Amino acid sequence: MFEFCVDPKTLEGISWIACYLTTPKHQSMYWSVLVVLLLIGLTAPFTMLLGFFGAWLKRSVFLPFQFMGWLYTSTVRGVPELIFFLFVPIALDQLVELIRHKIKCSDWTDAVYQGNDFVVCTAAKMPLGEAEQWVHHTWNFALAVTAFSIVFGAFAANIIDGALKAVPKNQLETAQAYGMSKRQIFFRVHMPQMWVYALPGLSNLWQVLIKGTPLLFLLGIQDIVYWAKELGGLKTQVYQYPHPDIRVWYFLGLLFFYLLLTWISQIGFDRLTKIVSKGQATMGGQAATGGRV
Amino acid sequence: MMCLDTWYEYGLRSLGFGSRLLPKTDIQFCDQVVLIGSGMLWNIYFAILAVITGFFFATVLALGKNSKNPALRIPSATFVYFFRGTPLFLQFFFAYELFVLLPKLSVDINLIFITVTAETRWLTKAWLGALIVLFLNTSAYSAEIFYGALRAVPNGDVEAAHAYGFNGFQRFTKVIWPTTLRLAWPSYTNEAIFLFHSTALVFPSAFPAWRQKGDAVYYGQYFAENTFNPFVAYPIAAVYFIIGTLIIIWLFGLANKRLNKHVAPELRKKVWYRPNLVR
Repeated sequence: MFEFCVDPKTLEGISWIACYLTTPKHQSMYWSVLVVLLLIGLTAPFTMLLGFFGAWLKRSVFLPFQFMGWLYTSTVRGVPELIFFLFVPIALDQLVELIRHKIKCSDWTDAVYQGNDFVVCTAAKMPLGEAEQWVHHTWNFALAVTAFSIVFGAFAANIIDGALKAVPKNQLETAQAYGMSKRQIFFRVHMPQMWVYALPGLSNLWQVLIKGTPLLFLLGIQDIVYWAKELGGLKTQVYQYPHPDIRVWYFLGLLFFYLLLTWISQIGFDRLTKIVSKGQATMGGQAATGGRV
Repeated sequence: MMCLDTWYEYGLRSLGFGSRLLPKTDIQFCDQVVLIGSGMLWNIYFAILAVITGFFFATVLALGKNSKNPALRIPSATFVYFFRGTPLFLQFFFAYELFVLLPKLSVDINLIFITVTAETRWLTKAWLGALIVLFLNTSAYSAEIFYGALRAVPNGDVEAAHAYGFNGFQRFTKVIWPTTLRLAWPSYTNEAIFLFHSTALVFPSAFPAWRQKGDAVYYGQYFAENTFNPFVAYPIAAVYFIIGTLIIIWLFGLANKRLNKHVAPELRKKVWYRPNLVR
């Protein structure tokens, strides 16, 4: 990076650290912070979508839908999320390959599960074997986003469902008395008032989503945990920058990185709470103390 | 069909008894049920010990955070903030790397009948190292719950205790603490469930499963990788966790009943599972 970094073996002290922390590998680590932020940024909207969908299912008057909503939210809550993060990506991957297999290789007669193996024809592989590296990475990342969204969506569904229930009934009845249609009631009265009640839960969910991102490491994605493990490990004299095992410092750095993220989000959510509380029939923050923030 | 042979062979495999080799080829449904169940022993062990020890430390931390003395308040609040603000998954990594660096020492502890040699090496093993992390983590989360409940204790109750001539210690043990627990109990139940779920993170994170002695998720992952079929192993593990969760809700519900004995039925707080997921 810097000009004086040409021969690392001659460096000492601050300049060694400066050069060490700007090696290409370290720069990949800094870029992987973006992977974390991208995961949060992509998961959040999908989580809200699934959350609204789940809440809609739970509030449906059609019993099977209601049951589906209940099943979705309660299974996700009763099981460690880690199991979902391990399960959903493989399951989804196999499902997609199976469907492609059925379409593209309909003449294939062998079973897909053979003993201890899962075999589909080469044309059905997802992504294709000859595909470039970035396609594989993107596919894996997409699977991870799906898994995260499914898990967090169930929690969002509960929060939204609870918040919708918390809106005072007379507000809705008044809207009805004004002759609003069901759709109008929902979009003009019900939903705008819901946010005050949903925000404590959603802010908590957001913090939890942030703290869940290191689990990406388990899905084989090169995230910051991967780089911390990789870069901090023992480097012998063969390497340009030999050092003993200093992973403990890398992880300490990561802990503070996450502390910073959760701290900033807390400030953001405090502001948001003030905004949505404006003009609501609540005692300012009082309604917003329900969740464990 | 009762899998008796498998129970005999793998029932305590997670603790190192029974067959040394894990099933490799021709993996039966029985094998998966038994071995994953055997792994649950670790999850139960971590959950029970961390919840019980964490309970006491959390009480101390909550009192510290509520203290007027900054020398007590600041360390307690910082501890709680740090453990609640960072991912447990990374806490495991950090703790493991820290424990590995410790000098290898051993201390003889005399337990009247036998002498146990405690070694710092133990800290790098899951049974102690991961337990310590879980203990510290649940202490922080529980302390925050207890602290909130402590602040919510009705002033009238404390004044009544004063009027009865209770001294500080009596006030705490007879009035403040029981009320704190009663108010905190529904949230604390969720915390216990979440701690139980968090035990799944021990082996996938930093702590190695020595001689393939792992928890339910470890064996679930093992089977999913060896059979290329996630649709059996993970649901089995999930069912075990759901059963465990229901047992926790039941047990904490019993305690809740006792804590609420003197409260009018319509004012009682029900234990309601409102979880908080990963951390």
